Amino acid sequence: MPEFPLLGHKPTRQGFGEGLVVLGERYDNVVVLGGDITESVMTSFFRDRFPDRFFSIGVAEQNATTIAVGLALSGKIPFFASYGTFCAFRNADQLRISVCYNYVNVKIGGGHAGISVGPDGATHQALEDIAVIRSLPNMTLVVPCDYMETKKATIAIGEIWGPAYVRFGRASVPWFTTEDTPFQLGRAEVFRDGSDVAIIACGAMVWQALLAADMLARRGIRARVINNHTIKPMDVETIVTAARECGAVVTAEEHQIHGGMGSAVAEVLAKNYPVPIEFVGIRDTFGGSGEPEELLEKFGLTWKDIYTAALVAMQRRDAGQIGIRRVTDLPRLDLSEDHGG
Amino acid sequence: MPDAMTLDKLRIVFSPTVYENRRRRPEEFAEIAREIRRDIIKMLVLAGSGHSGGPLGTADIHAVLFFGGYLRYRPKDPWWPERDRYVLSAGHLCPVLYSTLARAGFFPIEELRTLRKYGSRLQGHPGRDMGLPGIETSTASLGQGISIAVGMALSDKWLDKNDRRVFALTGDGELQEGSVWEAAMAAAHYGLDNLCWIVDNNDCQIDGRVHQVMSIYPLDKKFEAFGCTVLECDGHNYAELMACFDQFLENHRRRIGRPTVIIAHTKMGRGVSFMEDDYRWHGKPPTPEQALRALQELEDPYIAVVEAAET
Repeated sequence: MPEFPLLGHKPTRQGFGEGLVVLGERYDNVVVLGGDITESVMTSFFRDRFPDRFFSIGVAEQNATTIAVGLALSGKIPFFASYGTFCAFRNADQLRISVCYNYVNVKIGGGHAGISVGPDGATHQALEDIAVIRSLPNMTLVVPCDYMETKKATIAIGEIWGPAYVRFGRASVPWFTTEDTPFQLGRAEVFRDGSDVAIIACGAMVWQALLAADMLARRGIRARVINNHTIKPMDVETIVTAARECGAVVTAEEHQIHGGMGSAVAEVLAKNYPVPIEFVGIRDTFGGSGEPEELLEKFGLTWKDIYTAALVAMQRRDAGQIGIRRVTDLPRLDLSEDHGG
Repeated sequence: MPDAMTLDKLRIVFSPTVYENRRRRPEEFAEIAREIRRDIIKMLVLAGSGHSGGPLGTADIHAVLFFGGYLRYRPKDPWWPERDRYVLSAGHLCPVLYSTLARAGFFPIEELRTLRKYGSRLQGHPGRDMGLPGIETSTASLGQGISIAVGMALSDKWLDKNDRRVFALTGDGELQEGSVWEAAMAAAHYGLDNLCWIVDNNDCQIDGRVHQVMSIYPLDKKFEAFGCTVLECDGHNYAELMACFDQFLENHRRRIGRPTVIIAHTKMGRGVSFMEDDYRWHGKPPTPEQALRALQELEDPYIAVVEAAET
């Protein structure tokens, strides 16, 4: 099993920007559409390197998405990137009809995903994009775990045929995978083995899951950590095997619990191998301004939350409790003091 | 009231005529357009649902574009790489496109009978998934097709640097969608002189007159302000339509650096007296009686009432 020493901190969006340049070098027909925030989503790397294959569309996500369709129908591999709030929502109808139903080779880069966007606040924190994107037929959805994996994922979706969405964040986050770390679209990777509880995470929460597993190990609990980067199509076999061998599951993502990666895991397990699942994610609320670390803490998205969830999931397994629990029974973070002024 | 006529009492026959795409005299288009209109009525009465008004209103535009030598295509090689592209952004008008494609020889005319039926390549709104030759893209969520056309034109002009042209047709109610104006902005910004944007301006939409539902006027000034070259014509006058398409080809040849918009003034339901210029015909098919009347008006040589179903 791979070991993951911390290599540093880098934003996943940088992996996206660099991945696009690699694709541009490999394929003459890769083109990029800008939505005015090219520096921010780092499509500027591609723009500066291949100015003839970069088209600025302005603040017009619906138009950019459908122009990408026209380019794809002309044999190009167009990437359009913006913030997930705008390129999964503002253009949702375009994605549904013109990209997915039309089944064309359009790629979307959804940036500023998760609460760790930070000071920009709720309007710019994409917390529902996984739910929208994974509901679309013909779509591939990847949520890579760090800078290096985002680079690989970006290249990978450029090299498959069909609609695809890669999700990445703004903040500098732990970078811990290397060129040699296994990565294959559609295959969840077991990053740490164990059979007491399975932690299934995506995005930057994979690092938090590894930290939680370390802390659980101190209590003698061996947690399996799965980097479930491809949310659609999901690696059913790895997920079901984990549930069968561990009997208790925690999912962790920087996204709403409703409709996210955890929901997708629950769909798989409810059908194939029901076990108690605890969901770490945003609990049906909007984000807000603050520093990334602070927000992750306040909204319950740290290794500590995963750690607690793992204990709860194991407890439920041991009590034979697969059924319904009241939401109020879940350990929740008390935010009352923050609202008192 | 006598018993309503049932569909099985109508003899619906599609003529086998296929038309060439070549330079024609204006008066030659009349019979082609009438054939398309007959097809539309037959398809819709057989389907029992669908849009009558818009397809009838744009039959003349389609006749001139597809059979007047303007759009370059090869019906037996539908994905011929050098073809011009046609995007029907107002996807609900698809009966007119299906008829036109069949009459051009893209697929068997008899297939027109399958409109809106389960498994048919002639979906209720154009779906590329069915692989019907000539359907370049799925459309019908209004406003999206024109942006797709802009993307195609962008690719042709700035990446492939070829001689292809992109024609697209939007409705006028469709222009209420904001993204349409994003498309206009982008088309002008990138100087897409290879784009011919036809507006089917019949001033009708489902809820009523366009100027009452939500005015889009003045249309010419809007498009001009966005940086397009605007031409206007009577969308049922073949000579005027030809003049507009000729002008677009000239604009493209001269690489004027601006998209061409043709505002075609049309009447919804044109060619069938009781449907003409009546917005209530936007989204419904004729009943068998109405189809009989319509086909008689359109001088269909086949239409007849039969005593009993012949199967």
